[in-house]
Amino acid sequence: MIAFLAKRLLQALVVMLVLSLIGFAIQDNLGDPLREMVGQSVSEQEREALKDKLGLNDPFLEQYWRFLKKAVKGDLGTSYFFKEPALEVILKKLPATLELVFGATLIIVFLSIPLGVYAAIKPNSFFTKAIMGFSIIGISVPVFLTAIMLVYIFAIELNWMPSFGRGEVVHIMGYWETGFLTWDGLLHLVLPSIALASIMLPLFIRLIRSEMLEVLHAEYVRFAWAKGLAKYRVWFIHALKNTLLPVVTVGGVQIGTMVAYTILTETVFQWPGMGFMFLEAINRADIPLIQAYLIVVGLIFVITNTIVDLIYGLIDPTVNVAGGSK
Amino acid sequence: MKRGVTLLASVALAATMSFAAAAKTLKMAYDADPVSLDPHEQLSGGTLQLSHMIFDPLVRWNKDLKVEGRLAERWERIDDKTVRFFLHKGVKFHSGNELTALDVKWTFNRLRTSPDFKAIFAPFDAVKVVDKYTVDLVTAEPYPLTLNAATYIFPMDSKFYTGFDGNNKSKDALVKHGNSYASTHASGTGAFIVEKREQGVRVDFKRFDQYWDKKSPGNVKQIVLTPIKEAPTRVAALLSGDVDFIAPVPPTDLDRIKKDPKVDLVTLSGTRIITFQLNQQRVEAFKNPKVRQAIVYAINNEGIAKKIMRGFATTAAQQSPKGYSGFNPNLKPRYDLKKAKQLMKEAGHEKGFSVTMMAPNNRYVNDAKIAQAVASMLAKINIKVDLKTMPKAQYWAEFDKRAADIMMIGWHSDTEDSANFTEFLLMCPDKETGFGQYNSGNYCNPAVDKLVIASGKETNSEKRAAMLQKVEQMLYDDAAFVPLHWQDLAWAAKKNVKIEPILNVMNFPYLGDLVIE
Repeated sequence: MIAFLAKRLLQALVVMLVLSLIGFAIQDNLGDPLREMVGQSVSEQEREALKDKLGLNDPFLEQYWRFLKKAVKGDLGTSYFFKEPALEVILKKLPATLELVFGATLIIVFLSIPLGVYAAIKPNSFFTKAIMGFSIIGISVPVFLTAIMLVYIFAIELNWMPSFGRGEVVHIMGYWETGFLTWDGLLHLVLPSIALASIMLPLFIRLIRSEMLEVLHAEYVRFAWAKGLAKYRVWFIHALKNTLLPVVTVGGVQIGTMVAYTILTETVFQWPGMGFMFLEAINRADIPLIQAYLIVVGLIFVITNTIVDLIYGLIDPTVNVAGGSK
Repeated sequence: MKRGVTLLASVALAATMSFAAAAKTLKMAYDADPVSLDPHEQLSGGTLQLSHMIFDPLVRWNKDLKVEGRLAERWERIDDKTVRFFLHKGVKFHSGNELTALDVKWTFNRLRTSPDFKAIFAPFDAVKVVDKYTVDLVTAEPYPLTLNAATYIFPMDSKFYTGFDGNNKSKDALVKHGNSYASTHASGTGAFIVEKREQGVRVDFKRFDQYWDKKSPGNVKQIVLTPIKEAPTRVAALLSGDVDFIAPVPPTDLDRIKKDPKVDLVTLSGTRIITFQLNQQRVEAFKNPKVRQAIVYAINNEGIAKKIMRGFATTAAQQSPKGYSGFNPNLKPRYDLKKAKQLMKEAGHEKGFSVTMMAPNNRYVNDAKIAQAVASMLAKINIKVDLKTMPKAQYWAEFDKRAADIMMIGWHSDTEDSANFTEFLLMCPDKETGFGQYNSGNYCNPAVDKLVIASGKETNSEKRAAMLQKVEQMLYDDAAFVPLHWQDLAWAAKKNVKIEPILNVMNFPYLGDLVIE
């Protein structure tokens, strides 16, 4: 296990280094941050002077080296727009994003399991066909369209839900402010969570259904039927348990993907998280913030993947995580 | 039954009561929030909008583009070079300090060190304190635009900004990017105090109870500003009742908002001109005025304003919008394809030629679509256009390099004056003086330059207007550039929020005077 972790750590370091290099290399293509910082009538000389001050005129390697030296110490630069350390800006925005992802995950877990199981148990019922048809639509409609439709129906036409933002939040600790503890905050979470869940939900319903179908045809399930066990016991204890194994691992990886999908959801709902912040940073050519975001998101991916691998090993002992002599 | 009625009545009463209480709070959504609380850090619409809320200027523009007094009760021109301002007495800053002529002088001197504002105050020589409530602005040469510049003087509380902050930095430090005292703390004379600010997420304002302007009808006690970048979200927030006031309204939603009985839409013809410049240095044919005229004739800018901008633009034939001193009423949009073909023939380019074109795709309203339309219109006179559009962050670097034969540029005059357009966009480019900094067409006409420079010293406003109108005529005859339109402005608010009287073409709503019924 320790050998596995060490290997994983080394891999992670290489990944992060490559990511930082890519993040740094694209900065010249992101455009000129100065134009966002100064008025239209500021002369070229003034702009050049500012560029010098920001170190943007130095050779690429010199800038990269300076960046790396600071990054090792946890300093990922200062955001041009927020005027605060980029890492701090991201950490302040992270709770909002994680809560959104959590809200979406709850929806996915509580809907995909019963629906997926039902679709497997009653493959030919009308309701199953409806679920499957709906999930095809769900997969093919882009998130921002789902989001805009939701706002249109539930916020504008029916006026049941707020249309944007996080609503009332309660401060817990550090940078963490939560919307889960107030009614207003919970209301604000509903639509964005549904929008974000909409991409993953159909995927999970289909995944659970197909896994479940397979398991239901397995020998041990037939044996359970033969023993005369109650049907609910067979479905939910014997079959479902084995269905969920692969689902958990896929789910872990998908959470990372979901963090990336928050960019679209957060933009439509003006959700003050890091996805929305990232899109804004690109518009403003806020280079330090863009680089810091890439690194933080890269880190999240690396960490979730590592944890998923570990869990996989724990749930299913036949998988050899150490990759060695066992 | 009786009980039901009283219950209903009390519910209705409670509803109206809470409505009355809530009416004092304005929830508004703009497309962006100001980058800083320091009014001198960046010259932008966002900064000016904020300055009008928390600082208040010496004088300000009214709806008809005339100057009206604010902190300056009145003013008089003493000679060609000097304008004297008389301040209101007893005006308090948020800190409790009293506004005096010294604050005006202090603010003026700080403005001149700001990279963004420097250019506006370059013609000034000195500011002289006459007495506690009187101050003179003096220019080096006779200067007609002293009042225009004075609209940018938002007196800051010199005592409040003197000394050192917790990081041992001077409180008056003007830092372009970075956390300075002035960018996070403010004390002005304006109607609102910043209570809480989370950049990019929300700004909370409360009304300053010692606000000097007792005559102002404004009754808004609290303002919550939420920046909402995405236009559909902003509109949804208004239509769903989550906010009371939004700006700008995107052209695509104008009809929907107009039809909604719960909200009011206000539109005004704006002052930002959208144009194309034809680079004479890169393309030999563009040196021929006939070719340039042919291009202007070939482009149906009225059609663009109608179809692409959905009527949300005012077709232009010149740079100066109506109300500016240089606006020349004789100039009319030219669209005549036959004439365009004729001119191309006369210029010997009947068979046409190929050019490159660049335009931003997220800077001006529908910029990329306009560029595509123009490219297809030019095809009709056999000019083949290779068009490239890109985000503004990349576009400006290309613009500086003059990287294409035809480039799009929009311009709003910082001085609300006609000469500014020509100075930046069409005067002969000169690195020394800074003239023609945005002249990617490399158009150069010494006669135009001479007139514009002379207008900068003419303090007789009638004579000056005649000069600037002549400039517009010369540029028109020369087809120095391709005028498209002025972008219109639009705001929308709930019916009980009376925004119409407080809006203006500069797009800084005077929220201190806002009445909510």
